[in-house]
Amino acid sequence: MKPAFSVIFLTTLLGAGQGLFLALFTHQTYALFGLLPMQSDAYYGFGSALAMLFLGGGLIASFFHLGRPERAWRSATQWRTSWLSREVIVLPAFMGVVFLYGVVHVFGYLPVIVTLPSGLVIDLSIVIGTLGTLLAFALFVCTGMIYACIRFLREWNSPLTVINYILMGGSSGFILAAFFSATYAPSETDFFVGWAIIITVLALAGRAASLLRNARLKPKSTMQTAIGVKHPYIVQRSMGSMGGSFNTREYFHGKSAVFLRVIKPAFLLLGFIVPLALLALGLFSPALLGVAFILQYLGLMAERWFFFAQANHPQNLYYQTIG
Amino acid sequence: MTQLALVIDLNVCVGCHACVTSCKEWNTSGSAGPLCDERPYEANPTGTFFNRVQTFEIGQYPHSETLHFPKSCLHCEDPPCVPVCPTGASYKRKEDGIVLVDYDKCIGCKYCTWACPYGAREIDEKQQVMKKCTLCVDRIYDMSMPENDRKPSCVKACPTSARLFGDIHDPESAVSLAIREEGGYALMPEWGTQPSNHYLPRRKTKLKIHKDELERADNPLKVDGQLPKPGKGESTMDDVSAW
Repeated sequence: MKPAFSVIFLTTLLGAGQGLFLALFTHQTYALFGLLPMQSDAYYGFGSALAMLFLGGGLIASFFHLGRPERAWRSATQWRTSWLSREVIVLPAFMGVVFLYGVVHVFGYLPVIVTLPSGLVIDLSIVIGTLGTLLAFALFVCTGMIYACIRFLREWNSPLTVINYILMGGSSGFILAAFFSATYAPSETDFFVGWAIIITVLALAGRAASLLRNARLKPKSTMQTAIGVKHPYIVQRSMGSMGGSFNTREYFHGKSAVFLRVIKPAFLLLGFIVPLALLALGLFSPALLGVAFILQYLGLMAERWFFFAQANHPQNLYYQTIG
Repeated sequence: MTQLALVIDLNVCVGCHACVTSCKEWNTSGSAGPLCDERPYEANPTGTFFNRVQTFEIGQYPHSETLHFPKSCLHCEDPPCVPVCPTGASYKRKEDGIVLVDYDKCIGCKYCTWACPYGAREIDEKQQVMKKCTLCVDRIYDMSMPENDRKPSCVKACPTSARLFGDIHDPESAVSLAIREEGGYALMPEWGTQPSNHYLPRRKTKLKIHKDELERADNPLKVDGQLPKPGKGESTMDDVSAW
């Protein structure tokens, strides 16, 4: 498939935003149970604002993928059948909840909702945060399922696709949270770095598993089933157009095999190995956490490019030769 | 229930592209607006088509043959492109099974093209909406046309009658008969999309003569005793007589 930059930005920016929100609320949950010192409301509030920046960026990027963005509102109607439609609903809902989470913290509007028998005080931000956590995962599932549900693209048609979207978004967001904390709450940095390392290792394992799986895939459709002729030697002589068509533009990445071979180790290195090393070093030198986030973001963009480029669509069987 | 479809006889198709040009002409002139082209008179012309004829070489020289293969939307009975559409612009008509795109609802996200294994949908680069074969839905129900013309444009154009059009759910229709009796098959059956359009395979026309048919069983020569056979190179009675 042809990697569209709008979708590369959309998925990576949303992943970072969702991950950051999950990281912040994870911290607040730890603090609720007294495992970590509760931070100031400004900390959670400004963290949410940062998450909103990334989510907003993703939302803007999504419009560049549409041929008719002015009709985008229509895409919320088919949630019964379309994962894309579900994402269109969940994304603004999640953004709304993150916004509210930030607002109640910044303005300190934290009325107690319920006090549990154990003495745990559940205030409004905890309720909103829990809802946001559910929506963050729902959004990851929607985004992943948009790709995983297409059975014709077998490289994507696997639960690993959804798992990896969750893990890579989580990794990106927790590294961002570590960097954010290094600036605003240095005492909490180690907590995020620890989780970031764990999630990044899991993300590397998940992505490696999907690379291994994809390397073993055998195409289900062949030239023989495509045109229904039983013969081992079938060669296309003409695809019915001389200057290419939508079918030759949308489904091919247009880069050389060498480029594809180079970008795979590049994204594994930039997206996972280098950030892991920088996270370890970041325990001692917090400035490296910012570098880790930026380098990993570039790596994840490369990962997303590869994710699209690697998917081989069966329609390509019909479009092999211009002539 | 009705399921309109095309049956394309690959044994008859000569690859003349008349169906392509006729389809383009009809569908670019309709009320739905043109099928836009880009750089039509330049080096790399490209444009939106509903129907394309592709050519394949089967086998290796000298034992090879050419297959011309017209390809358009197959109007699947279980169309995978429809449920993924986020706006409902893609739909399958209940009354006749035609898969259509509502150009006024399409947002041009191209998600449906990912979900079509056949590459049957093409985006209109100027209008930025998805387009595909409509089975000439604006033609086949047009009562102002003579009944014989109420067929898809490609079917009317085909000079060898390689394209049949009809209801494949009606067991007595010409298309059902052709599928049943001429070995009609569907493309990429492995995906379970149940394409409505079917293809008839290429068939070698061979004259089968069995050895015992070469001589008449009631040949009087046999009854009266064999006469000496003339040599293979010699003239026979047929060559020298006018009757």
